[in-house]
Amino acid sequence: MSEYLVNIQHEKLSFFTPAGEVKALNDVTIQMKEGEVLGIVGESGSGKSVTAYSIMGLTAYNGKIMGGTVEFNGRRIDQMSERELRKIRGKEVSIIFQDPMTSLNPVYTIGNQIEEVIRLHTDKKGAQIHQRARELLSLVGINEPEKRLRQYPHELSGGMRQRVMIAIALACEPKLLIADEPTTALDVTIQAQILELMQELKEKLGMGIIMITHDLGVVASMCDYIAVMYAGEIVEYGTAEDIFYNPQHEYTKGLLKSIPKFHEKEYSKLVPIEGQPVDMLNPPKGCPFAPRCTSCMKICLNRKPEKTEFEGVHYSRCWLQQKKEYEAAMKGGNN
Amino acid sequence: METKNLLEIEHLKQYFPVAGSRNVVKAVDDVSFFIKKGETFGLVGESGCGKTTTGRSILRLTEPTSGKIVYDGEVIFDSENNIKADMLPYRRKMQIVFQDPYASLDPRMTVGDIVGEAIDIHKLCSNGKERRERIISLLQTVGLNSEHANRYPHEFSGGQRQRVGIARALAVNPEFIVCDEPVSALDVSIQAQVVNMFEELQQELGLTYLFIAHDLSVVNHISNRIGVMYLGHMVEMAESDELIFHSVHPYTKSLISAIPIADPRKARASKRIILSGDVPSPLNPPSGCAFRTRCPYADETCAQCAPQFREVSRGHYAACHHIDKIN
Repeated sequence: MSEYLVNIQHEKLSFFTPAGEVKALNDVTIQMKEGEVLGIVGESGSGKSVTAYSIMGLTAYNGKIMGGTVEFNGRRIDQMSERELRKIRGKEVSIIFQDPMTSLNPVYTIGNQIEEVIRLHTDKKGAQIHQRARELLSLVGINEPEKRLRQYPHELSGGMRQRVMIAIALACEPKLLIADEPTTALDVTIQAQILELMQELKEKLGMGIIMITHDLGVVASMCDYIAVMYAGEIVEYGTAEDIFYNPQHEYTKGLLKSIPKFHEKEYSKLVPIEGQPVDMLNPPKGCPFAPRCTSCMKICLNRKPEKTEFEGVHYSRCWLQQKKEYEAAMKGGNN
Repeated sequence: METKNLLEIEHLKQYFPVAGSRNVVKAVDDVSFFIKKGETFGLVGESGCGKTTTGRSILRLTEPTSGKIVYDGEVIFDSENNIKADMLPYRRKMQIVFQDPYASLDPRMTVGDIVGEAIDIHKLCSNGKERRERIISLLQTVGLNSEHANRYPHEFSGGQRQRVGIARALAVNPEFIVCDEPVSALDVSIQAQVVNMFEELQQELGLTYLFIAHDLSVVNHISNRIGVMYLGHMVEMAESDELIFHSVHPYTKSLISAIPIADPRKARASKRIILSGDVPSPLNPPSGCAFRTRCPYADETCAQCAPQFREVSRGHYAACHHIDKIN
């Protein structure tokens, strides 16, 4: 058995589109132990969903893993057949999608959709399946479960539907739950309910969670570790404390400065990251963030930065850090 | 400093008929507020609370069911006295930036024509050269450049499209702009760019904004005063800081505490007020106070009669029976 629940090493993944090859993931490495909560933050198109989906072997028809390995619970996902994958999906790894409005099937009842998962992945039969479905709905805080099981998705509100999605995801007590922007489509008061629920369930069931989001507020309260992605690369990785209190990459710093400080009284102007997101069809040659970076140097435009490691698990990929390290080493050498 | 009110809304109601029944959806139900000249008034609330409808009704993009709208001292709508002013001259003064920069630009028009359409309608330029120069200067105002004028919307990213939407609103030199969730569809790093641009334009051009958003932290950042809506009603209204730090209405309090704090230590230490349940259907709103089904303080009084929207302290309004008990 591997010590990691998820072990992605140097994954490269491309999508082949009519316009050309899009290198969605570029040397992504993620390791995660059981019961941990990992947050992946980044802008749309930064590859955060693609990374997480590849743990389930879910790459779109035009996507292909071009290098590296993806391991889940000691097994190579990238070498599995579709049949083997189907046994894992929904059982050991499950997923909650962003939009609860479109990810439930409108022509089946809620009961139907929850029971399907239980029927496929467990030995339970008949009444047991129904019983389990009812338990799951109570677990996610839906009242009158018996009535809800007979209802169709359109009869439920957005928050309720997201709870149903969570119930489906938890049906087989997975080891890993991937939550892809689980609260983005919901209102704040409902978002607070769902985050609270996920926190509770995590403590109760002890599963690992990968939380994909663009909302730094959401990761701050929930995650043990955070990976910041930009243009298909992890530009910084560390514990929540590392990322929020000691950010090293210019992009992370920029992100933190660009959100309104809500709980502080004095007004401070937002500091946006100038420029536009990367065009993934024509990514820059060097550091992907270089064109928008205020401290961009010559080398940044030409060569990809190496990993710089800080205390603990914290690392970033930025030439500025490399430069500091180099200078420190030079000074040390002179002494 | 006392400044003049640019916009006064009194008892605005916007009901929509429901197909196949005699029911109506009370999307906006008796909302009154005012916006001072040169300020930003933020309107927040959850989806379906009527904030967008309020914005559209003010511009009479949907004709209000009843109420009174006064713009710069002139009545543009008054259901009691049956006044319905011709809006064309006011369209030059009042503009709107829509939420979705993907849906609000005609994909078959070039950006130049999108921005230029308003110039044509209001006959602001006498010849083609002048029109072209005006379009380019507008594009530059919002951080785009002249070569963008010949491109189509699909060639732009979300943030750039929103800039086009803003340039279009600015084309007629308006005084007042309704910003309907202008940053919700954008990435965080781009949001800050657009928010800053709104602030800069306001300073340069002396604009007045009605800034509608569901994200209280953005609204708080940009607004001088904030109104909070729930199920078609205005539940609380005050100066921004007053509202955030001294809110009196239980809904506002829970809304504020529900915002995730981007700071792990504070986030773990803070206690959230988690509201139970969902927003009731506006088709079948609860009797009395609209918020009572989710309110931790609700009692008999709340079910029987709707609370008055009243001034609780100077410039701070709220609608709740139990303000004294709660605070």
